[in-house]
Amino acid sequence: MDLILFYLRKLFTVVKNEVLVLPSRVAVILFFLFLLLLPVITEDPYLLRIFTLTSIFAILAASWDLLSGFTGQMNFGHALFFGVGAYGAALLNKYAGIPPWGTIPLGALGAVLAGLIIGIPCLRLRGTYLALTTLAFPIILMGLVFALPDLTGGELGISGIARLAGSRVATYYIAVVLMLGLCTIMWKITDSDTGIIFHAIREDELAVRAAGINTTRYKLLAFCLSGFFAGVSGGLYAHFMRIAGPSTLEVSMSFTVVIWAIFGGIVTIYGPVGAVFVLFPLLELLRLWQELRILMFAVVVLVILLYMPDGLFPWLRDKVEKECPRCKIRNIATRHTCRICTAPLD
Amino acid sequence: MSWGLMGLVLNIIISGLISGSVYALLAIGFSLIFGVARIVNIAHTAFYMVAAYCIYFVTQKMGFHPVWAMVAAVILVTLLGIISYKILINPIREHEGAVLIATIALAMVFQEVMTILFTGTYLSVPALVKGYLLILGVKVFYQQLLTFCAALLVMALLWALLMKTKLGLAVRSTAQDKEVANLMGINEAQVAMITMGISVGLAAFTGAVVVPLTILEPGMWMHPLIMMMAVVVLGGLGSLKGSFMGAYILGFAEALVVFLAPMGAFLKGSVALSIMILVLLIRPEGLFGVYFEEER
Repeated sequence: MDLILFYLRKLFTVVKNEVLVLPSRVAVILFFLFLLLLPVITEDPYLLRIFTLTSIFAILAASWDLLSGFTGQMNFGHALFFGVGAYGAALLNKYAGIPPWGTIPLGALGAVLAGLIIGIPCLRLRGTYLALTTLAFPIILMGLVFALPDLTGGELGISGIARLAGSRVATYYIAVVLMLGLCTIMWKITDSDTGIIFHAIREDELAVRAAGINTTRYKLLAFCLSGFFAGVSGGLYAHFMRIAGPSTLEVSMSFTVVIWAIFGGIVTIYGPVGAVFVLFPLLELLRLWQELRILMFAVVVLVILLYMPDGLFPWLRDKVEKECPRCKIRNIATRHTCRICTAPLD
Repeated sequence: MSWGLMGLVLNIIISGLISGSVYALLAIGFSLIFGVARIVNIAHTAFYMVAAYCIYFVTQKMGFHPVWAMVAAVILVTLLGIISYKILINPIREHEGAVLIATIALAMVFQEVMTILFTGTYLSVPALVKGYLLILGVKVFYQQLLTFCAALLVMALLWALLMKTKLGLAVRSTAQDKEVANLMGINEAQVAMITMGISVGLAAFTGAVVVPLTILEPGMWMHPLIMMMAVVVLGGLGSLKGSFMGAYILGFAEALVVFLAPMGAFLKGSVALSIMILVLLIRPEGLFGVYFEEER
């Protein structure tokens, strides 16, 4: 009993002193609570469907950030991982009869393999070359999908795969909990030593190599990790929509991921996740004006970029928080002195 | 050699030359603006699509002669390009990622506006010159010859502009080294804007000459975009000669696959892109690539 009280008190202190002092942390907690408690408030199938899809795409956008944001390996063909994950899960489910909890990780392993295969030729390229080359891979795969309609269903895709779960709420929880968990893992990866090396590769690859780090291995690792998370998202998508079609491999899919990630702010993980939660429901909302939907979406992206070229969430964060010039601890913008070292904030 | 085989070979050559010229024109424009301003302009082929719709509108809806339509399309689209550069791209040029998605969003805007104005149905424009030539039993339409010759002519003009004029010198030196060019009294911002104009103008011209040979639809920019990027990477970024050669290599590769392989129409993109990747494995900077020093 005392132990529980101790932990409760500790939790209370942490929340009070570490979480409530910063608006961004409060926002993250509220975000978690909102997603986890949404089915308690409403069980509207349309709303649940949108948030399930949004969660699935949030994993995808964050995985792009892990690869392209952190290591700076601009990947324009992220749909490849998504598509391999989706098709892998669908094929395994349809022909081998494996249930979703088996097909999604296996599909993701397929995407890891795809990451290795495209990673090896791409390691010698950098910058714009890399971006334009990676664009090619999903299109090559799409050509194969169309050329082998007996296996892949061609233009129609593979339909009639198993549901993620029996009920809507269960499906919602699978997607949301996986999204929150995987994004936390990604965020932790970027915060670890490996993440620091990823970051350093983006800033100055030559210097990292000069420090005795095998950058090739780390870049390949980034491709595989990103492929895994994107593959999970592809598998979830296939089982949620119950169809894996060529649309998962389209160029516009790759571009959409890039839009989400850069709109939200790269090298943050939370940025792309937040961006998907802003842009995807926005796109659904714009369904009210069916014809103008994509146009308005593009205009919103353009206008926001003009004012916040570094992305929406870093901009917002800079508005509400200030970094202490002395100890580099973040403070709420209303404070005049740092909460840790009491140095004056500019 | 039998007549049928000769005909097939001729068909492949014509198809390869036409698509090669189209890709060359597009890739040179794309390469030019990348070289000078380091802008990866995803909307490049969207301008091509807008020009094609412009021609359709002026000839079919307003009933003017196609030549006027071509002039109008090139001028209007070039203006459109310069305006969108000034308003949307110039203010965020330092942020590479932002420029990238700004151009993607711009392409989406064009596609949607065209869908709203002309609906998504397939449209076509009659040939500028009707009739055809019979060579070895293969119909060679005058329009195909015209497209090919016009493409070559424009490429020659562009070459003259870049190599023989002062503006060309400014463009080339800005592409080589922005800071030094600036120190030598070249107005870099102005050169970038002019290059954007030339680049978009080339895309518009391509759209104008190729429109009678293709089907008009708002998604028509996607395939050329991918092929153009493959050409640019294959030839080497920023190298105009590379773009030229790469375009014909991929154009012929596409034509060969379409005419010879089963399910060729589906695989044409895959094969062309696989060729690009194979070349990159051997020469990471492309066939004629100038290796850009990364700013450090």
